[in-house]
Amino acid sequence: MTFFLQNFFNGIMLGGLYALIAVGYSMVYGILRLINFAHGDVMMMGVYFAYYSAVVFSLNPILSFTVAVLGAAALGFLIDRVAYKPLRKAPRISALITAIGVSFFLENLAVVIFGAIPKSFLDVFKDKSILEKTITVADARIPLLTFLVIIVTFAMFSVLFFVVYKTKIGMAMRAIAADIPTTSLMGVNVDNVIGFTFALGSALAAAGGIMWAMRFPNVHPYMGFVPGLKAFIAAVFGGIGSISGAVLGGILLGMIEIFLAAYFPSVMGYRDAFAFIILITVLLVKPSGLLGKKAIEKV
Amino acid sequence: MSEIALEIKDLHVYYGSIHALKGISLVVPKGQIVTLIGANGAGKTTTLSAVAGLVRVQKGKVIFEGQDITNKPPHLVNRLGIALVPEGRRIFPNLTVYENLLMGAYNRKDKDGIKEDLEWIFQLFPRLKERLKQLGGTLSGGEQQMLAISRALMSRPRLLMMDEPSLGLAPILVSEVFEVIQKINREGTTILLIEQNALGALKVAHYGYVLETGTIVLEGPAQELLNNELVKKAYLGIA
Repeated sequence: MTFFLQNFFNGIMLGGLYALIAVGYSMVYGILRLINFAHGDVMMMGVYFAYYSAVVFSLNPILSFTVAVLGAAALGFLIDRVAYKPLRKAPRISALITAIGVSFFLENLAVVIFGAIPKSFLDVFKDKSILEKTITVADARIPLLTFLVIIVTFAMFSVLFFVVYKTKIGMAMRAIAADIPTTSLMGVNVDNVIGFTFALGSALAAAGGIMWAMRFPNVHPYMGFVPGLKAFIAAVFGGIGSISGAVLGGILLGMIEIFLAAYFPSVMGYRDAFAFIILITVLLVKPSGLLGKKAIEKV
Repeated sequence: MSEIALEIKDLHVYYGSIHALKGISLVVPKGQIVTLIGANGAGKTTTLSAVAGLVRVQKGKVIFEGQDITNKPPHLVNRLGIALVPEGRRIFPNLTVYENLLMGAYNRKDKDGIKEDLEWIFQLFPRLKERLKQLGGTLSGGEQQMLAISRALMSRPRLLMMDEPSLGLAPILVSEVFEVIQKINREGTTILLIEQNALGALKVAHYGYVLETGTIVLEGPAQELLNNELVKKAYLGIA
């Protein structure tokens, strides 16, 4: 039971992080039918923003994380304006290739600005005792950090669902996902709403990345690649284009990874391969994913 | 002559190498219903799309209430007071009926006015009130058309453009739609109506234009067009 609980919380935490990043993929895909391959790199930039505002500008962790999340949101908005907006009417493959280009650009930009030598994210915390604290749940010792990450993750999901389903701009986002020209006829500045979607997705990814870095503190310019890829798989697993699908897919993927590694330690080395097996299986058996609608080609 | 709501001057639109509109000019006076009739592919939808800002105008001018709105983006055209009921209704299938209506009022801040207009729309189309919480995609074709018209009205437009509102509806609904168009007009909204159903359109309109392959071939008061030999033969099916 103790062993199960420990893994359960680890699974929720890892899955929640995948989900936070996956939501950004899914929202952008839902609106533009674009796989934003630069998403993982926006996450990486967010982690660097947090690192530098804490270590260089000595802001306290909470403040530096806020700055980083806002910075990533601005970066996401900017990427859409500069790289994707001019291609709105271009064939979809052009935007896809551009996304790969943006990804390379951000990675190399990070090498130039921040350097290729990995940094430890733990430098962000002056008082490291918070990282050692644990909470005991039915004999299982769970790090306090794990709880905090889970709470923050689910708080962010609540905010996300509130924005998407209860606010005016969220309504416009859903309308755009269905029909861009008709939404513009309603007097909606579609480009601003798309920009807002990028900002929202990037902010969530940065928050996910920061929490990822608390757990895996190795900060380097290519750190966005693996979580980005996993989150993409989670989005496809849950049904790309669906926000609840991304959340579900992320949490399931995290759970599966942790539990397989926990109960079959001999295959631990292949942990990353599980994700790809899931991806291939989903694409073969149910390409629309768990919660995705049957693909209706836009004309 | 009353005030002019919309004026189109020598409008040219190309789709690639296809010359879709070859210099169209028309005038919609304030408070009237003007109809543009013509066969499939004549350029009716293109004309409305050009006014709404959905397609690029290569040459010519679109003037709304004295202001040049040629090639303004659609969201700004809407904010000036022009609403379009698009071809094929284009309801947001993933939004509820209520949300669809709110989308129409996207740029309005006057909560009381929005409430008032909703009440007016429920009087116009009582069936929409029963379906408020349903998703738009679950409505029948007739209900979707009512929703599309209502959604456009929610922006309180001074010019309402309608693209084939009677298309694909049961005959009883067709006459209902034309009645509603007259009702909306009597409340003071100027209407530019596009129809393949020439008879229905000319009966409610004040003035009409006949469009053939991108050119206006005939115009006149709707009553006169109804009796015109060419119109009778080509569009009303009366030999």
